[in-house]
Amino acid sequence: MNAIMDKPILGGTAAAKQPLVIIRDLNVAFVTRDRTVHAVNGVDLDVGAGEVLCILGESGSGKSVTMRALMRLLPRFARVSGRIEVAGQDVMAMDERGLQRFRGGDVAMIFQEPMLALDPVFTVGRQIAEAVQRHEGASRSAGMARALELLELVQIPSAKRRLDAYPHELSGGLRQRAMIAVALACKPKLLLADEPTTALDATVQIQVLLLLRQLQEQMGMGVIFVTHDLGVAGEIADKVAVMYAGRVVEEGPVGALMAGPLHPYPRGLLGATVHGNMRGQKLTTIPGAPPSLETLPTACAFAPRCAEAEPACQTTLPEARRPVPGRMARCLKVAAG
Amino acid sequence: MTLSHSPAEDRGGPAQPLLLLKDLKKHFPIKGGLFGKTVATVRAVDGVSFAVQKGETLGIVGESGCGKSTTARLLMQLISLDAGEMVFDGEGVGEKTAGGLALKDYRRQVQMVFQDSYASLNPRLPIEDSLAFAPKVHGVSDAEARTRARELLAAVGLAPGIYARRYPHELSGGQRQRVNIARALALQPRLVLLDEPVSALDKSVEAQVLNLLVELKERFGLTYVFISHDLNVVQYLSDRVLVMYLGQVVEQGPVDAIYDRPAHPYTRALLASRPSMDPAKRRTEAPLTGDPPNPINPPSGCRFRTRCPFAELVCETQAPAAAQLGGGHEAACHMARPGSGHSQAARVAA
Repeated sequence: MNAIMDKPILGGTAAAKQPLVIIRDLNVAFVTRDRTVHAVNGVDLDVGAGEVLCILGESGSGKSVTMRALMRLLPRFARVSGRIEVAGQDVMAMDERGLQRFRGGDVAMIFQEPMLALDPVFTVGRQIAEAVQRHEGASRSAGMARALELLELVQIPSAKRRLDAYPHELSGGLRQRAMIAVALACKPKLLLADEPTTALDATVQIQVLLLLRQLQEQMGMGVIFVTHDLGVAGEIADKVAVMYAGRVVEEGPVGALMAGPLHPYPRGLLGATVHGNMRGQKLTTIPGAPPSLETLPTACAFAPRCAEAEPACQTTLPEARRPVPGRMARCLKVAAG
Repeated sequence: MTLSHSPAEDRGGPAQPLLLLKDLKKHFPIKGGLFGKTVATVRAVDGVSFAVQKGETLGIVGESGCGKSTTARLLMQLISLDAGEMVFDGEGVGEKTAGGLALKDYRRQVQMVFQDSYASLNPRLPIEDSLAFAPKVHGVSDAEARTRARELLAAVGLAPGIYARRYPHELSGGQRQRVNIARALALQPRLVLLDEPVSALDKSVEAQVLNLLVELKERFGLTYVFISHDLNVVQYLSDRVLVMYLGQVVEQGPVDAIYDRPAHPYTRALLASRPSMDPAKRRTEAPLTGDPPNPINPPSGCRFRTRCPFAELVCETQAPAAAQLGGGHEAACHMARPGSGHSQAARVAA
């Protein structure tokens, strides 16, 4: 058994009481001289300790911006408002020093492109050891010892040899594992994953998904996993939040949501996803394209593409409705609970 | 749609494969050292043979490095063959073949759609001009080429009045891919090669483009070669499927045979790697470990043996020949061939 595993951060049972992440009314607008883009428009999200939340959405839906806001990684011209709390700390109020401790210590992030996330001029071992030395004040040799443990933890074969490998010497799947090892170096309470398996081949993607699920369970981490792939969400999520035009339009437990979405947008997405034996059938599509976010939508942003839209949908911004405990949808056609 | 420039006519009849590829090889040398000597060779495509029947959709699947994109480029003759033979509707392709089909005539009948919808359009040309370009090269008058460009835009669901004068950057990814499809059809080809045409699109747009592809195929009597890493999309679109691994074909056959009765362990693993789409039936074990090996110095014998759970001595020493499983279904695996020397050969064959 790996030494890191012996001290779980949180027991599984304490999870539900106090959410690890609380996001309330998060708004992000990118303001430049030419135009303003309202990327995130009033997002509320909770993630419990040891819970996996998948944010599902298409390009431009605001899913990655939400993640970057959580890490305070947005550029200066982004106007951010709202409340973000992680493990009881107010992220919006942190100063540069606090952020340095927070990033990599409490929260770590993995990306789609490990080649861009890893530093090409340092060996994998040095990059992991650096994080440990920096956050925990460990010595160089202790850092390297920990790096070896971590490479074993992420199941990199012949880990000892790979410590001295540069990122370009590893295959795509191993590089992704190495990036996960860097992220886990300081036992984060929350792992943010931005499409980490999208660029991988099918047989490697499933390996990395299974690894992430196993590590998340062992370490009791909370995970926010951004993806556009329903199948990936089905493999890893406890809870799914579907985003459209900067808002969460539906949220619920993964099984219930995939079996019967309440909102017409995820229902359309599910219908448009090719699977099993659909040969010869015409795929149901969602007509049109997502709206431009240069003006903040004041009504339901999906109404122009929605087959079930009524006149009221074009004028009213649907509030969150909760017909069943644990499920939420922003649609006028869903019964208010 | 009224088009004056008639498509090339069928020569060999319905039984003659539209395209026949025999033992294609493409090796890329890696130069290094002081005098640029060849230090290694990437065997990107190493002995690939298959046929594309008239009117069918042939799906090609495989992971990165399996040679599917190199095969596509060979098929388009964008790169030259090192060895092998291509026969298009009974005629040898290339100037070297005596009495063969000249490249210009071949390319008029075979067109391609690429994955990157932006990189494959000229950013300085309005899309109408991009669509009219190839017909003009092939001798169609300017006015006629423009008329046809507008008809094609309408055929792919883009109103010509709104879109004809726009530049590629003024379109969304899905719209640009529609333009690319229209451009591929501008010369009225018989075979369209689609290299990951929907991989860069969002799901809701992907479905729109897939429906369009099905509709266009019927309307213009096209034959498709569809390359993708998405097994679900390939199953949806294809009549026959070809599975590639490290530059070779490991299995091919009718779509139902491949998906319901995969015979090669690699095909089985690939199919089992798909997310289940049902959170109650999550995968618990990865079907394969490790990444595909590097196509420089591939393993001896069967190239899949380093990741295969059933590998035996015979797999190391002998490259498996394709075993016929009936109905055009074939798999290059020792287990599928009775008497190959593999301990499980009899069981699988029975």
